[in-house]
Amino acid sequence: MTEALPLPADTPAGLRFQDVRIARAGQPLIALDAHIAPGDVLTVMGPSGVGKSTLLAYAAGFLDSVFQASGAVLVDGTDVTRLAAHERHMGLLFQDPLLFPHLSVGGNLAFALPPRLRGRAARKAAIAAALAEVGLAGLEKRDPATLSGGQKARVALMRVLVSAPRALLLDEPFSKLDTALRGQIRDLVFEMARARGLPVLLVTHDAADAQAAAGAIVEIAPA
Amino acid sequence: MLRAAPFLTLALMLGPVIAGLAGTLLPAAGYVPALGGTSVSLEPVRALLAQPGLATSVLLSLFTGLAATLGAFVIVMLFTAAFEGTRMFRGVKTLLSPLLSVPHAAAAFGLAFLIAPSGWAMRLVSPWANGMTRPPDVLIIGDPHGLAMTFGLMAKEIPFLFLMVLAALPQTKSLAARRVATGLGYAPVAGWLKVVLPRVYPQIRLPVFAVLAYATSVVDVALILGPTTPAPLAVRLVAWMNDPDLSFRFMASAGALLQLAISLGAIGLWIVGERLAIHVGRRWTDGGGRRFADRWVALAAGAGMAALIGALLLGLCVLCLWSLAGPWRFPDALPAHLSFDNWLRHLGAISEAVGVTLSIALPVTALAVVLALACLEGETRKGRALRHRTLPLLYVPLIVPQIAFLFGLQILFLLCGLHDTLLAVALSHLVFVLPYVFLALSDPWRAADPRYGHVATALGAPPDRVFWRVRLPLALRATATAAALGIAVSVAQYLPTLLIGGGRFASVTTEAVALAAGGNRRLIAIYALLQMALPFLAFALAALVPGVAFRARRDLQPST
Amino acid sequence: MHLRLPPFSKTLLSAAALALMAMAPARAETPDVQKWGLVVKEARGQTVYFHAWGGEPRINAFIDWAGETLKQRHDITVEHVKVGDAANVVSRIVAEKAAGKETDGAVDLVWINGENFISLKKAGLLMAPGWATKLPNWPLVDVANKPAVVTDFTEPTEGLESPWGMAKLVFMHDTATLAEPPTTLAALAAHVAENPGRFTYPQPPNFHGSTFLKQVLATTIAEPGKLTRPVDPQTFEADTAPLFAYLDALHPNLWRQGRAFPQNQPAMRQLLADGEVDIAFTFNPSGASAAIASGELPDTVRTFVLEGGTIGNAHFVAIPFNASAKAGALVLANFLISPQAQARKQDPQIWGDPTVLAVARLESDDRARFEALDLGIATLSPEDLGPVIDEPHASWMTELERAWTKRYAAQ
Repeated sequence: MTEALPLPADTPAGLRFQDVRIARAGQPLIALDAHIAPGDVLTVMGPSGVGKSTLLAYAAGFLDSVFQASGAVLVDGTDVTRLAAHERHMGLLFQDPLLFPHLSVGGNLAFALPPRLRGRAARKAAIAAALAEVGLAGLEKRDPATLSGGQKARVALMRVLVSAPRALLLDEPFSKLDTALRGQIRDLVFEMARARGLPVLLVTHDAADAQAAAGAIVEIAPA
Repeated sequence: MLRAAPFLTLALMLGPVIAGLAGTLLPAAGYVPALGGTSVSLEPVRALLAQPGLATSVLLSLFTGLAATLGAFVIVMLFTAAFEGTRMFRGVKTLLSPLLSVPHAAAAFGLAFLIAPSGWAMRLVSPWANGMTRPPDVLIIGDPHGLAMTFGLMAKEIPFLFLMVLAALPQTKSLAARRVATGLGYAPVAGWLKVVLPRVYPQIRLPVFAVLAYATSVVDVALILGPTTPAPLAVRLVAWMNDPDLSFRFMASAGALLQLAISLGAIGLWIVGERLAIHVGRRWTDGGGRRFADRWVALAAGAGMAALIGALLLGLCVLCLWSLAGPWRFPDALPAHLSFDNWLRHLGAISEAVGVTLSIALPVTALAVVLALACLEGETRKGRALRHRTLPLLYVPLIVPQIAFLFGLQILFLLCGLHDTLLAVALSHLVFVLPYVFLALSDPWRAADPRYGHVATALGAPPDRVFWRVRLPLALRATATAAALGIAVSVAQYLPTLLIGGGRFASVTTEAVALAAGGNRRLIAIYALLQMALPFLAFALAALVPGVAFRARRDLQPST
Repeated sequence: MHLRLPPFSKTLLSAAALALMAMAPARAETPDVQKWGLVVKEARGQTVYFHAWGGEPRINAFIDWAGETLKQRHDITVEHVKVGDAANVVSRIVAEKAAGKETDGAVDLVWINGENFISLKKAGLLMAPGWATKLPNWPLVDVANKPAVVTDFTEPTEGLESPWGMAKLVFMHDTATLAEPPTTLAALAAHVAENPGRFTYPQPPNFHGSTFLKQVLATTIAEPGKLTRPVDPQTFEADTAPLFAYLDALHPNLWRQGRAFPQNQPAMRQLLADGEVDIAFTFNPSGASAAIASGELPDTVRTFVLEGGTIGNAHFVAIPFNASAKAGALVLANFLISPQAQARKQDPQIWGDPTVLAVARLESDDRARFEALDLGIATLSPEDLGPVIDEPHASWMTELERAWTKRYAAQ
C-alpha cells in the first residue's frame, strides 16, 4: 500500500535515517542522521562489535528487544519504522548468501517475486530473466547447495532484487568471497542498485568496499 | 492462537500434574478427610521411614539412575567424538536408528532373555563348551546392586541420547569445527571434545536431565531386571500406591515426595558434575593439549557401542525366537520348532491392542507437535525466547514420578465425568508427550539461523508465509523426529493408560505388562516386539519423510 | 489365577466408607435375582466389563469363550479388562466411591478373593448381599463338601460373591531330574540342603509366596487353632518362631542363595521349565497338565502333595455397588457356574481349574461332560489330592508378609 502512494513534490526520494539513536541498557550504541539518494551508497564503517549490524536490524525491523531505539527511517518520505518488517520491503544481503536450502534456485527466486506478478508463465519468465541477467541462465532447477560461492552470491542478489525492494541493506555482503570474486560481485551489486535507482546502506569494516561504493562514508567508533 | 499457545501448553502439561500433586501432598501430610485422615501429621513420613530397607531402596534408585545416565552419556559422547564423519559412525547410525524406538520394557525383556543364567547366551555355549546341562545358579538378573538394571537402562538410554546428539549436530557445524581443530593439530577426540562438545551439550542438556529423572524413578525396567530384596524405591511406591489398604496411600505419598527428592538430587549432583567438568575442561582447553588418549578412547567407545548394539540386537533376536517358539528346553540353542502359532492364536487381541495404542498416540502426538510449534513460532516472532521462564516448568512432568499424581488425577477425571474416556487417557498422555516433543523440538528450533527468517521477511513475506514456507520446512526433520518421539512416549505409557482409562483401553504396553506378571515368555516376546514395532515405524517415517521430501537438497540431508 | 492380596486396615477403610456413605445418594436399582426372567431380559444388549487377572493366555481364552457364548445366547457383550493385580481394581472402586460415583462404575464384575473381597465387603462397596446364593445355578454348587465356596479366608461371603473355581496348593517336580520328590516339609528341607540352588518360592507378598509361608506356618505352629482367629500381636513372634527357624535354615540353599526370588508363580514355573529348580508349586491342581498341554512345561513333570494336607480355597466373582451392567454381570456370574462352563474350565486343555459344582448331583448329560474330561498325565485324582488345610484368618498373611520382608528383603 505504501508503494501506491504518490510522492509529494517536496519529499526527497531515497532512504532517510532521521536522528536514529540506538542504545542498549541505557548505553548509547550508535547514532545516525543521514539521507541516501536513489542510486547512492552510504557506507557505515567501523570495527566489528560496534553495532553496525544493529543499525541494519533496526531499519529492517528485526531489532532485538534488548535494544532501545529512537528516531525514524523514511523511505521516499514514508516512515517505515511503524510498519511490520515484511511491509518495509528493505532488501537484505548478509555475508552468507542464505539461500533457502529446501528450495531450488528457481524456488528461491519465486519466493521473492511479489504475488502481484500473476500467471505461471509470467513468473517463470521473470525468474529466467533474472538468472540470465547475472549469467546463470537455466539454473532454475539446481539445488543451491551445488552452486559455487560466486553463483550463490549472485542468486542471493537477484533474489533480493526481484522482490522489488525500496532500498538495499548490505551487511558485509562481500566479506566471505575470495578476492577475485569479491570485486566482481561488489561491482555487480552497486551497478544493479544504481540501475534500479535503489538507495543502499552498506555496513563494512573493509576500506576497499567503502572505496568501491564511491559514496559518503560514516565512521563509527567503539562506544 | 499463537499468543494463547504457551498458556494452553503449560495448562495441559502442568494442570494435571499440579492437580494430581495436590492428591499427593495432602495425604503425605496425613490430611485427606475422605480417606480418614483428618489432621495434619508426620505419621505418613514416620511410617515411610520405618519401612525395612528404605535406605537401600533410596540408594539403589539414586545410583543405578546416575550410573546408567553417566555411562550412556560418556559412551555416546566419546563415540561421537571418535567416529563422527567416519564410515563406522554412519554404520552405527544405520544400526542404531531402528533400535532408537525400542521401549524400555521391551529392551529389558530382550536383555533378560539373553543374559539370564538360562538365557540364550548361556544356551549357545552349553553344553558343548562348558559341560552344563542345567543353568548355573548365579545371580545375574536382579542382583542386589542393580548392575543388570543399570546395564539395561544404559542400553536403552544410549540410543535415546544418540538420537538427541544426531538431532543437535547439524546445528553446530560440527564437521567444519572438527576440521578447524584438526588443522590446528588436534587429534579427533580431543578436537571434538574441545570444539564441538561445548556447542552440542547445551542442546542435549534437557534430554540428559530427563534421562536422569527417568532412570532414577523407573518402574518397568526395575521390575524386569532390578533387585527385589529390596527393590528400588519407585517399584515399592507403585506397590504401596496400589494397595487397597488406604493407610498405605498416605505412606506412599510421602514416599513419592522422597522419590521427587531423589530425582532432583540426582540432577543436582549432575549439575555439580557439570561445573567440575566445565572447570577442568576449560583448563584442559586452555592448556592446548592436542590428544585425549585418542586411540584408547576410540577403542573403548567403539567396544562399548558394539557391546550395546550386540546386546540389543541379540535381545531382539531372542524375542523373535521366543515369539515363534514351541517347546524350548535348556540347554537347546534353538527351540525344537518354530511356528507362527503363538502369533496367530493372539491375532485378534494383537490387532485390537495396536488399534487402541494408535488411537491414543496419533492424536496426542499431533496436538503436542502443533502446540510446540505454535509456542516456538510465537517466541520467534516476539524475537525473544521465553526460555528462562518456561525451562523449569518443562521439567515438571518429567521429574515428578507418575505414580505420585496419577491417582489424584484419576479422581479429578471422575469428578468431571471424563473418566474412562479416550479423551481423559489422551489428556494424561499429553502430560508426558508434550514435554518430550517440546524438548526434542525447541533446541534445534532455537538454534536455527534466524537470518533465514529475516531474509524471507525482508523479501516481503508475511509472518505466516515465513513460517510455512521457510521456518517449518527447515525444521521438518526436527519436527518429524519430535513427533516420532512423541509416539514412542505415548506407546510406552503404562500407568496413565491403565489408571485413567479404567482398564478399558488395552494398549500394547498395558497388555505386555499384564502378561509380564504371568511370565509367559512367548507372549511377552510378542507384545515386546509389538511395543518396539510401533515406535520403530514412527522413527522410520521420521527419518524417511524429510529425506524424501528434500531428496534433491544436499544441505538438508542428515549430516554424516 | 490367584490375585495378590495385600494387607488392609479395617479402621481406616471403614472410616472412609462411613465418611463416604454420609454423602452417598440412593443407590442404583439392583435387579431382583429371584425374577430371573426379568434379569435376563434387562441384561440383553448390555456390555459387562469383567475385570480379571490377564496374565494367563489360557484363562483369557476361556473368558473370551464365555463372552462369545453369552453374546450368542443373551446378546450380552463381555469385555475382559485384563488387570495385573486385583488390588488395582479395589483401588479403582474406592476412588469411584471417593468421587461420589454411585452409578455407571467402570467395573461390572471382578475376579476376587481373600483380602480384596474383605476390603470391599467391609467398606460396603459390593452389590447388596445374597444375590450369589439365589442364582439359578447355585443349587448345583457343592457347599457341603467344599465349604470354601461360602467362606473366603474365614470371612463369610454372605452371597456377596459367587465362587467360580477351587484351588488347592499342589507341588510339581520334573521326573527327568528328580524321580522321588520330598513329601514333607522336613524332607523338602533335607532335599534342598543336599541340592543347593534347586528350590525357591515367589517373593512374598506375592500370593503364592505368602501361601508357601502359610503352608509352613500351618504345619509348624504349636496351636493350629490360633489360625482361625486374628493374629495376636503378643504371641505372633512365638507362634511364627518355628516357621522362621525353618526358613532361616532353608534360605542359604535356595536358588540364588535366597538373594533373589521369582516374582510370581508363572515365573517360578518357568524356572522349572528351564531346569533351574527341581520343584515348583501352584494353586491349580491341573496346572502342571495344563502347562504341559500348552508346551510351557515338559511332559516329564508330575504333581505331588505334602503329607498332612495343603492349603486350599476358592475364588470368586463379585459385583461392585455401582456397576453399570448389574443384570449382565449376574447372567455372566450364573453362566460361570453352569455345568457347561465349569466342565470346560476344568479341562486341562482349556484351563484345568477344579469345579465348584457337586458333579454327582448333576443331570446325566452334564455329569458326562465332567466324566469325559481327560485330566491329563500330571493331574492327581481327587482321592490323591489329600486333605485341605483352610486358609488362616486374613490378618495372618498381612503380618507374615511384614515379618518376612523385614527379615529377608531389606538388607
